[in-house]
Amino acid sequence: MQVLIDNYHLYLRGLGTTLQICLYAGLLTLVVGTFIAGCRVAPLTPLRAFGTAWVTVFRNCPLAVVLFFMAFGIPALGINASYFVFGTIGLALYTSAFVCEAIRSGINAVSPGQAEAARSVGLGFGQTLRLVILPQAVRSIVPPLGSVMIAMIKNSAIAGAFGIGGDLYAVGIRQSSAQGEEIIPVLLGVALGYLIITIPAGLLLGYVERKVAIAR
Amino acid sequence: MSDSVLYEAPGPRARLRARYASVITGLVLLAVFGWVIYRLAQGGEFTYEKWGPLIDPTNESFTPLWTLLGKGLGNTLLAAGWSILFSLVIGTVLALTRVTAAAWYRWAVVGVIELLRGTPVVVLIFFAYQALPVMGLDLPVMWSLVIGLTAYNCVIIAEIVRAGIDSLPKGQSEAAYAVGMRRGQVMFNVLLPQAFRAMLPALISQLVVVLKDTSLGFTISYPEFVQRGETAIENLGNPIQLYLFIALIFIVINYTLSKLAVYTERRLSRGRKSSATAEPESAATTGD
Repeated sequence: MQVLIDNYHLYLRGLGTTLQICLYAGLLTLVVGTFIAGCRVAPLTPLRAFGTAWVTVFRNCPLAVVLFFMAFGIPALGINASYFVFGTIGLALYTSAFVCEAIRSGINAVSPGQAEAARSVGLGFGQTLRLVILPQAVRSIVPPLGSVMIAMIKNSAIAGAFGIGGDLYAVGIRQSSAQGEEIIPVLLGVALGYLIITIPAGLLLGYVERKVAIAR
Repeated sequence: MSDSVLYEAPGPRARLRARYASVITGLVLLAVFGWVIYRLAQGGEFTYEKWGPLIDPTNESFTPLWTLLGKGLGNTLLAAGWSILFSLVIGTVLALTRVTAAAWYRWAVVGVIELLRGTPVVVLIFFAYQALPVMGLDLPVMWSLVIGLTAYNCVIIAEIVRAGIDSLPKGQSEAAYAVGMRRGQVMFNVLLPQAFRAMLPALISQLVVVLKDTSLGFTISYPEFVQRGETAIENLGNPIQLYLFIALIFIVINYTLSKLAVYTERRLSRGRKSSATAEPESAATTGD
């Protein structure tokens, strides 16, 4: 246990980096995921095809492969950035497919009568979606979206395994492999760091879920 | 709600506009795609040296590469198979004991489930790889991966099993008790067979998650599909081509499995009055 106490500042900084990655990736994935969900319900065939293809690719491809692609593919296009940027974007793109599906299934959970009523009073596609469907859909979107975000926080460890550097997982690996510290306390410390984020997030999510639940 | 409820059946003018907009967005997407191809071509990513080993049987690297990748895929499937099997057994035991046992035991199980669910799977795999030998359990590397994946997935499967049992009508167990069955008999002869049926789609979806997660074997140098790909890339120097190929294989396998899950779900809900399929929030829909 001494190794944890001695190096607590490293772990705290790792936790901070993990939270930072999750914050950036979380914001980006919400934007991208919402856009893709919009594509999937849009009346234009190419956009729909694009949305479907996007979701199919990112849902079925392991995050590790997505990250490898970010590391090798994007520089080949002539775009260069630090691995922190690539790792964060890769995590966000991978998660966006699940965000999209959470949003879409939330939209699908609103009863069709709502849309029919909105249409019959003369609202267009955008108005129907914005004024009638989405405000109701949000209630069924929040719980799955929360689970997606918690999953993303855990997945950020994979980005760390790729050498994003400085996040909680990477700190643990460095401590155990490079410096030959006792492995069990180090890994318990890393696990604890993630649990500090995920368990309260899960509890909060459960609370919100009960709060917004609709008796159908 | 079907998407078509969101907008009017278009009239002639709207159809025309939609057609224009479709063409334009299609062109924009094609342009982006074309730009990517162009840049890759400029970077020399479409040359024979890069693709030859993968697609040309007369190339000297073709046979060793395909053998290497084939073995890797075999290892991936093997690890995924063991993981899902162990997860299923342990998950079922967890779910059953959670339903029936004493309160303190139930709380202990809930605690373990929460701990394992909240920890990243890659940490669990690394833990199994590094910590088990320290504890005196020296296993081949595949079992580290299998243990890590099992630890993570058994709790999810436990939840699926519980949801499957909960989804059954109460009359099933009441009727079973009424004809004089004991608790174990009710569980094993009446509830579980039906629960597994209801769970089948969710279980297949979980298999997709396990397959994807076996790719984390590269962190502990287990020779699975992605790790073998890495080895090949070190020799051939064509990361983009090989990762494209690996991604394609994963997508084909997982897409087929997802479709299979949807298909079994449809089949199961067809022959029944109540559509009681177990649908807990599975990891397949959260990207876990």
